Amino acid sequence: MNIYVLMKRTFDTEEKIAISGGKINEEGAEFIINPYDEYAIEEAIQVRDANGGEVTVISVGNEEGEKQLRTALAMGADKAVLINIEDDVEDGDQYTTAKILAEYLKDKEADLILAGNVAIDGGSGQVGPRVADALDMAYVTTITNLEINGSTATVTRDVEGDSEVIETSLPLLVTAQQGLNEPRYPSLPGIMKAKKKPLEELELDDLDLEEDDVEAKTKTIEIYLPPQKEAGRVLEGELADQVKELVNLLHSEAKVV
Amino acid sequence: MGRKVLVLGEVRDGSLRNVSFEAVAAAKTVAEGGEVVGVLLGENVSSLGSELVAYGADRVVAVDSDKLAQYTTDGYSQALMAVIGQENPEGLILGHTALGKDLAPKIASKLGSGLISDATSVEEAGGNLVFTRPIYSGKAFEKKVVTDGIVFATVRPNNIAPLEKDGSRSGDVSTLAVDVKDLRTVIKEVVRKATEGVDLSEAKVVIAGGRGVKSEEGFEPLKELADVLGGAVGASRGACDAEYCDYSLQIGQTGKVVTPDLYIACGISGAIQHLAGMSNSKIIVAINKDPEANIFKVADYGIVGDLFEVVPMLTEEFKKLKVNA
Repeated sequence: MNIYVLMKRTFDTEEKIAISGGKINEEGAEFIINPYDEYAIEEAIQVRDANGGEVTVISVGNEEGEKQLRTALAMGADKAVLINIEDDVEDGDQYTTAKILAEYLKDKEADLILAGNVAIDGGSGQVGPRVADALDMAYVTTITNLEINGSTATVTRDVEGDSEVIETSLPLLVTAQQGLNEPRYPSLPGIMKAKKKPLEELELDDLDLEEDDVEAKTKTIEIYLPPQKEAGRVLEGELADQVKELVNLLHSEAKVV
Repeated sequence: MGRKVLVLGEVRDGSLRNVSFEAVAAAKTVAEGGEVVGVLLGENVSSLGSELVAYGADRVVAVDSDKLAQYTTDGYSQALMAVIGQENPEGLILGHTALGKDLAPKIASKLGSGLISDATSVEEAGGNLVFTRPIYSGKAFEKKVVTDGIVFATVRPNNIAPLEKDGSRSGDVSTLAVDVKDLRTVIKEVVRKATEGVDLSEAKVVIAGGRGVKSEEGFEPLKELADVLGGAVGASRGACDAEYCDYSLQIGQTGKVVTPDLYIACGISGAIQHLAGMSNSKIIVAINKDPEANIFKVADYGIVGDLFEVVPMLTEEFKKLKVNA
């Protein structure tokens, strides 16, 4: 099977966010594989191990993304592709990223494409479905289970807590929800092997794309931090009185009940 | 000027979801005096048209088809694209729900347009329509504008106030026949495992439990409190990882981001990843044995104590309040 994973490099979830010069300050921040993409990588490896084939992990970003791609290779992916747009695209959006990924994938004859259902930074959840549509491929989002049997797939989809069991066929794109699997940590031999695995670096030119072809359709005009929440009131006294006071405050002062 | 804006009325279990009325309000802002056209997709849904009108839609186009009885990406995208083809709108608003998240990017791809996902507000400012949306799960916010193509956004439930319902408003409800076909995904089974009643992402009140809840049974008092307040139960990652509850209840940077009117955190320490998922709630109450717990830093009101004592007492007090009200 020809399996692809769409991966994004994101801020570590532990990081606090700071802004300088109107942008998110990335200096000194730790970066990780977007956690939902990690589920996608793990699932891709499991599907390959059960069905044979090859897993290629693709990321659109800058040269820094190589580190996370190596991690994916160390987990067990076979190949990695970094589409470096740093010199060509200043302010891309989801249209931009999806267009680039679809252009790369259009002649790859992928049987299965996996992605995270959302990235924890931008949080739009658009890129997977957009890529599938551009490739005229069916997709299922927020999946918690995937079974492949020949050319058919049975997928469980999380729908706001309910589960839908969906039957479909390959080629297919799915986006991973938490609970799909337990991503493995790269092993030491895995890390050693990853250094020798192929990591291809491409730019827009290599995909016959011009900057105009991928120009964003939306623009961010301001980034700001939410107002610092002031620590509130910790109630005192007998527990029973505290509870009465709290109910009273919620009813009369905060007016939320 | 003024734009024609389509807004999808999302139907669940035979009625319109609240987020759809909020979406109508957003569509009104985007329309800037132009026409707001409600869209209903499903089986026997045209009867709901008058309710969309009562909440502010000028008229409604419904696509009734047995093939739309359940949501499928292909079925709904075919139907919505048919309505878009007929109406040729300059704006499109959906709720940022499971359905909206799945459908909107496909429509954006087909239109070759941008899409502003998960907007919490929209306003006209300096000749631009400016959408605000959380990034980094609410650790920061961005303001976005559309630079090319139609104004297309999904709106987060519970953030944009719906317009007042006015049953005396009238508007045309027309139907459009669409030949829905070639569905590539087939729903074989739906397993309802969500707690009955209120959906976590739309709930006005959320009662969340953390590691302090200690077990699956430990969630029972939280459920009782949620029932009294008409709220939903959520959880921290710690509680989910410890298998006290299902991952579908997880609130945080991974998991759901919620913004209810009232968030009661029970036995949750308040890791930064969890705070990202709930700190924009209007009022936060923390109940924790540890007075140093991080959660108290974001709480409006705090009680230092054992949740197994405090929560049942709270339930009783709220019951009394309801009786007296």
